[in-house]
Amino acid sequence: MKRFIGFVQKEFYHIFRDRRSLFILFGMPVAQIMLFGFAITNEINNVDIAILDRSQDASTKEIISKISSSEYFSILQHIKEEAEIEEVFKKGKVKAVLYFEKEFSKKLIKQHTAKVQIVTDATDPNVANTISNYINSILSNYQEEQNRAITLDYQIVPQSRMVFNAELKSVYMFVPGVMTVILMLVSAMMTSISITREKELGTMEILLVSPLNPFQVIIGKVFPYIFLSIINAAAIVILSIFVFHVPVNGSLFLLGLESVLFIVTSLALGILISTISATQQTAMMISLMGLMLPVILLSGFIFPISSMPVPLQVISNIVPAKWFIIIVKGIMLKGVGISIVWKETLVLLGMTLLFIGLSVRKYKIRLE
Amino acid sequence: MSIHIDHISKSYGKVNALDDISIRVDQGELFGLIGPDGAGKTTLFRILTTLLLPDHGSASVAGYDIIADFKAIRKQVGYMPGRFSLYQDLTVEENLRFFATIFGTTIAENYDLIRDIYVQIEPFKNRRAGKLSGGMKQKLALSCALIHKPKVLFLDEPTTGVDPVSRKEFWEMLKRLQDKGITILVSTPYMDEAALCDRIALIQDGRILEIDTPKAIVEHYPKPIFDVGAHNTYLLIEKLNAYAHKHSVFPFGEYIHYTDQRDGFDPLELRAYLKNEGLQNIHIERTKATIEDTFMELAKQ
Repeated sequence: MKRFIGFVQKEFYHIFRDRRSLFILFGMPVAQIMLFGFAITNEINNVDIAILDRSQDASTKEIISKISSSEYFSILQHIKEEAEIEEVFKKGKVKAVLYFEKEFSKKLIKQHTAKVQIVTDATDPNVANTISNYINSILSNYQEEQNRAITLDYQIVPQSRMVFNAELKSVYMFVPGVMTVILMLVSAMMTSISITREKELGTMEILLVSPLNPFQVIIGKVFPYIFLSIINAAAIVILSIFVFHVPVNGSLFLLGLESVLFIVTSLALGILISTISATQQTAMMISLMGLMLPVILLSGFIFPISSMPVPLQVISNIVPAKWFIIIVKGIMLKGVGISIVWKETLVLLGMTLLFIGLSVRKYKIRLE
Repeated sequence: MSIHIDHISKSYGKVNALDDISIRVDQGELFGLIGPDGAGKTTLFRILTTLLLPDHGSASVAGYDIIADFKAIRKQVGYMPGRFSLYQDLTVEENLRFFATIFGTTIAENYDLIRDIYVQIEPFKNRRAGKLSGGMKQKLALSCALIHKPKVLFLDEPTTGVDPVSRKEFWEMLKRLQDKGITILVSTPYMDEAALCDRIALIQDGRILEIDTPKAIVEHYPKPIFDVGAHNTYLLIEKLNAYAHKHSVFPFGEYIHYTDQRDGFDPLELRAYLKNEGLQNIHIERTKATIEDTFMELAKQ
């Protein structure tokens, strides 16, 4: 036990005396959560649009004022000719143009139909789509108000309700993802680097020629990172609750346990990486390329797995992060308990045991 | 018998790092492995410290088999690898304390053993190991290798890259450790250090050239050897090499060590030849063979 404590103490010295690792440990999580929380967002706000109003009557004025009073759009300019539409798009500021046909009001009353065209700049398809949807809903809202008196014979009234994230805040989606990325990276990369560093500096040679058995060395290496990763996970959850107001609907305790499980999975992966790489550089490259990309791209963090091609969907199953994200979303947003996420938990547990088994098998008690 | 090496061979791919090596080192002996870089010294150390497995042969250290009882050996030996292998970001004291802890002991418990060495670096005990000078690093590494009171000490080129004064001190420390009953196996590429060992093994290209006391090895030198000097050393070497009867010509300090093929060699004859070739201030004197001469002679065969 004394040996173990001595070893762990040494590891903490290493961590706290290396600015680079300190930065990765504590700077990165905060930076990432802030970045994803504030800067990267799918929501639209104050999008600049232009209006081409050929009628300039009561109806169009009312619609325009409805649009400009919403927080989503601000009207940057009014244009007169159709030819100008392309011009304003090319300048880049205007993302959409609303084009009312001539005699809008009159047609609406007499022919019961009037046309308005929504032209969007689709260089960013997601934004274009969202803008078009928002304007559509403002228009149909207006229409509804006008038709309140009249009852149609048949009418379908869609009532959509967004559950678990009623305001469609993207930070709800990012928090579980960022938490996963950070725990994975910090745990796997830092342990694999710290073990390979001993190999590279030759100190592993001395550790091998000592009464410490490989198991003690590995546990001693990993222990500080379990501890630090738990602090990280807690910091992320606290930040998301207090800064981004993401609810934790389920049990905080269960969330903690699942996080510890995922941390151990990542650490086991880190140990496995360290057994196959000889230098810190290799360990870092494998961790970054082999872990970071799948975690971001294939875990359902940013891109929904259901819309991926089938081969990628299959591959996504071996990414531990996928399962952890499902668990975290379940607990934080849906408030579910272990009775729902037990399957994902079992998958993670199985992966962890596999990684540990593999690294124990691959771990060398000698130099070759 | 403290170290018993029996027909050990080891190869890396096609390269024979060790070829049928057998050495016996007695309890409390200071034994030197002398050979140039790439002779296989480090490989032998790694096999004895259970870090590598030999391809053939067997060996035991302190009575334990290097393969079957590797765990016991790891508790009993102190190992100082050729490359400085301590934690550079830990201080002198932290390094020492760490190694004491992992061997289940404390600095205080075995302070007697390391005192002579450690007092010299103790003033810098709060300095990071990475910031020490070469000589101090070696002293710290030796302290760390000794802190658990090992029965056998393996030192792989401990004085490479260390200044001459520190080298001398280092060897004095080894002598004192030997007095305390520790068996020491030390390797070095420096022939002058070989004379300080009880016995030495000359090793080259993975083969043992000879094992004996330094004195006996020198006495075994088969030919009379001469110091030859002249005003122009470069020209002298050239002319000696061109001499029809030369056996060997090696620069050694300010002189050239020369041996002749013939049994009844007359130095005057050589002097006349050299004079004829335009050399001045010619000096020829019989001298004693050194370990280096022996090594060169054996390596030639």
